Amino acid sequence: MTILHLAVLAPFLFAILVPFLFKYFRKVHTGWFVLFVPLILFIYFLSYISVTSDGQAVMQRMEWVPSLGINFDLYVDGLSLLFALLITGIGTLVILYSIFYLAGKEERLNHFYVYIMLFMGAMLGVVLSDNIIVLYVFWEITSISSSLLISYWYAKKASVYGAQKSMYITVFGGLSMLGGFSLLYVMAETFSIREMIGNADLILNHDLFLAAMILVLLGAFTKSAQFPFHIWLPDAMEAPTPVSAYLHSATMVKAGIYLVARLTPVFAGGAEWFWIITAAGIFTMAWGAISAVRQKDLKAILAFSTVSQLGMIMSLLGAGSAAFYYMDGDNALYTTAILAAVFHLINHATFKGSLFMVAGIIDHETGTRDIRKLGGLMTIMPITATISVIGLAAMAGLPPFNGFLSKELFFTGITNVAQYDMWNGDTIGMLLPVIAWIASIFTFAYSAIIFFRTFRGKFKPDMLPVKEVHEAPAGLLISPIVLVAAVLMISFFPNILAYSIIEPAMMSILPGILGEGSNFYVDIYHWHGINLELMMTLGAVIIGTIIYVTMNKWSKLGIYQNEQDIMTTVYDNGYDALIKGSQVLTRIQMTGMLRDYIVYMVIFIVLIMFYTMFRFEGFQISMENASEIGIFMYLILAALVITIMLLPRVNNRMTAIILAGFVGFLVAFIFTVFRAPDLALTQLMVETVSVILFMAVFYHLPNLTKDNIAPLTKAINIVVAGSAGLMVALVSMSAFTYGQTTPFDAISEYFIENSVELAGGYNMVNVVLVDFRGLDTMLELLVLGIAALGAISMIKLKVKEDDDV
Amino acid sequence: MINQPNDMMFRVFIRLIAIIVVTFSIYLFFSGHNAPGGGFIGGLMTAIAILVMYLVFGTKTMNAALPFNYPYMMSIGLLVAAGTGIISVAFGYPYLKQFFDYFQIPIFGEVELTTALIFDLGVYLLVVGSAMTFILSIVEDDS
Repeated sequence: MTILHLAVLAPFLFAILVPFLFKYFRKVHTGWFVLFVPLILFIYFLSYISVTSDGQAVMQRMEWVPSLGINFDLYVDGLSLLFALLITGIGTLVILYSIFYLAGKEERLNHFYVYIMLFMGAMLGVVLSDNIIVLYVFWEITSISSSLLISYWYAKKASVYGAQKSMYITVFGGLSMLGGFSLLYVMAETFSIREMIGNADLILNHDLFLAAMILVLLGAFTKSAQFPFHIWLPDAMEAPTPVSAYLHSATMVKAGIYLVARLTPVFAGGAEWFWIITAAGIFTMAWGAISAVRQKDLKAILAFSTVSQLGMIMSLLGAGSAAFYYMDGDNALYTTAILAAVFHLINHATFKGSLFMVAGIIDHETGTRDIRKLGGLMTIMPITATISVIGLAAMAGLPPFNGFLSKELFFTGITNVAQYDMWNGDTIGMLLPVIAWIASIFTFAYSAIIFFRTFRGKFKPDMLPVKEVHEAPAGLLISPIVLVAAVLMISFFPNILAYSIIEPAMMSILPGILGEGSNFYVDIYHWHGINLELMMTLGAVIIGTIIYVTMNKWSKLGIYQNEQDIMTTVYDNGYDALIKGSQVLTRIQMTGMLRDYIVYMVIFIVLIMFYTMFRFEGFQISMENASEIGIFMYLILAALVITIMLLPRVNNRMTAIILAGFVGFLVAFIFTVFRAPDLALTQLMVETVSVILFMAVFYHLPNLTKDNIAPLTKAINIVVAGSAGLMVALVSMSAFTYGQTTPFDAISEYFIENSVELAGGYNMVNVVLVDFRGLDTMLELLVLGIAALGAISMIKLKVKEDDDV
Repeated sequence: MINQPNDMMFRVFIRLIAIIVVTFSIYLFFSGHNAPGGGFIGGLMTAIAILVMYLVFGTKTMNAALPFNYPYMMSIGLLVAAGTGIISVAFGYPYLKQFFDYFQIPIFGEVELTTALIFDLGVYLLVVGSAMTFILSIVEDDS
């Protein structure tokens, strides 16, 4: 356990304290306590810059399951540090913002901050883990905490819908990713990402390469909201705005980007990786931008814009992976895309974070986020308007803001693809800049819509639920101002982070392809002369303006009126079909008749036993060494058989109970004859308890009626019962023969020899139960306890007919 | 539950029988390590004794006479069983490692004491608790 491990675990540990802080310090907003965690962690991670900026990395090991190669190894290099700083830095601002945003007395802050802390720790774990299994565990915790945060206002139906949707989609991706990770382990024989990169050749030429890649990418794409999995992100906007700003724009949705970047050295170098990621990214970018224009809710516009921007970063990572094909890190033709990806990642976190916070402020002050009701807020909320102008200009890619810088780099990176003389870069690759350009037209258009519809135009006070609209309190404004200051800082000093953050991150994404002693070409500046990229920006601005100006004309179209995403329709229908389908399937087997269930179970057990025995040639029966069966046994067995034969013919319930009990006591008797006193005692007890139970509920039971069972059913039942008996007899006889013919010691030998010596007990059965197999017993106890609780909940807490379970 | 006025003999004898059964069940519980018995069997037998009394005296009387919260008893049992395992972890051994030694105790003479017995106590409590929870929740259901 090192300080680094403690840093990852700190949010989890602090989450334990949160409910107590909430309970005992009601006068202080819980957020003030929580604020210290990300702040301290941020400062702590800043100290790593000196290490990573030299291209060095830190690896800290803690053993977890060393026998399986699963260790809690943390690895800090340029890429993970960039993410760690984003998580803690934006986290600090978001928690500060949330203190003022969730100021109401009735807010369940204990829940909120526990989830936030869970998320923060898990996210740090994702970006810092070197072991993919550990990474996976943290990855799923981020999915769960994200769902919990989306459903924070769980009384709203839309919140629950959004939470479920995000859960289904991201957990689907997470499980696929686990499959991909397992395949990676099969190929590279290690769970460590470091070692995988070392064995990249092994993976690249393996048959399972493509399967592993697609499975891992499913995880990354679902998390980073790439088409067609993007639909959960707009619905995630039901979460409180601090959550949207933090999880659903700055950090969690970038986990997929992180994973792609992290595994680039493992997978990159092939056409599949290049095309899947670039195509998915660029298509998502266009889809998100065009969908954003159709939205009327401020946060929905921002959500689709996030989808679009994530697609952009994703496509850049795809385009930049070509550097591995050429193994040429010195040539900016291949590496510019990666530079643009890293740079835009930072820029996006700054401007999108501030924009989400602004949307939250507008919601908080006016009571609505609907752009049809908003307008004219410029003079009423001047500070908020200023923040938005800067954020929106950066998002739209207007000079001189940082969004412009990264968008120019993006255009360069994407147009470079046309110059790659392989993988159809010069033919289909020509489409990429075109789609990118269309996407940026719409990016400009929706940025304009946000600004003009909320801040300009006519103020419509009668459409707002709030009586008096005024500027937000200072507390709410601090965080967006800090973020906008960061935007301006990067805008005017674009190289401020170049050597401390961006270049080390690039070195982690593209390791081992730099020439001796050379660096990546990181020099970001505004004026590149009049070139293609500038013309593209200019064109986007002009056409975007036209789209905005003509909005009144096209806003009457059906496609604008109906803002639902096609994929959401697909999801909803699929979801309904799944529920209906499983209901149909369940109704077939859940008849409510105990008798049917037993038939299903017995058939299944017999078949699987038969298959196994047949498959491994287990049937060997020889009764040579079997001992004589005494007359006594024959008598007991005869009694048993007669009783059982009588049971179905009895018409009286009392008689039936007594007969059933008799069977149980006879079995106990057999156990006694075979000198198994513990077993016999247990059987006796269980029989007694069930007879008592029958006597107790006797009063409630209806009269035993003779059902008219169809002859066919009767025949099936006889066959099933007979085959079960036959199967068990055959298996036990084979087991006996097997024990005679093969020299293996029975397991019981070990217990016979060691039960006194190691556990100090002469009753072997009990020693096995409490000592040798203590864990099994404990888990069985747990099962028993759960079953008893189930009985309570089924019987005592009755569900009324129309209640949903 | 059944509560008829003319079961005098039953009512008198059941008190005696129940005491014997409970005593025997405790004996079974303690003897478990070296002779037939143990927490599971002992627990079931205790449950049987209590259940028989329920049959005779009725739910109302018995709930007043033995005001146990059986779901609580169940969870305490589980905690005890799981807790013994944690003790061994605290001393650097694997989870649920059991220890034993022989001690000289006045009256009883040499006695073997094991941590497994505490674990078994957990089993005992859980078995009594869950058997009673099961049956009482079925029995007390009026509808």
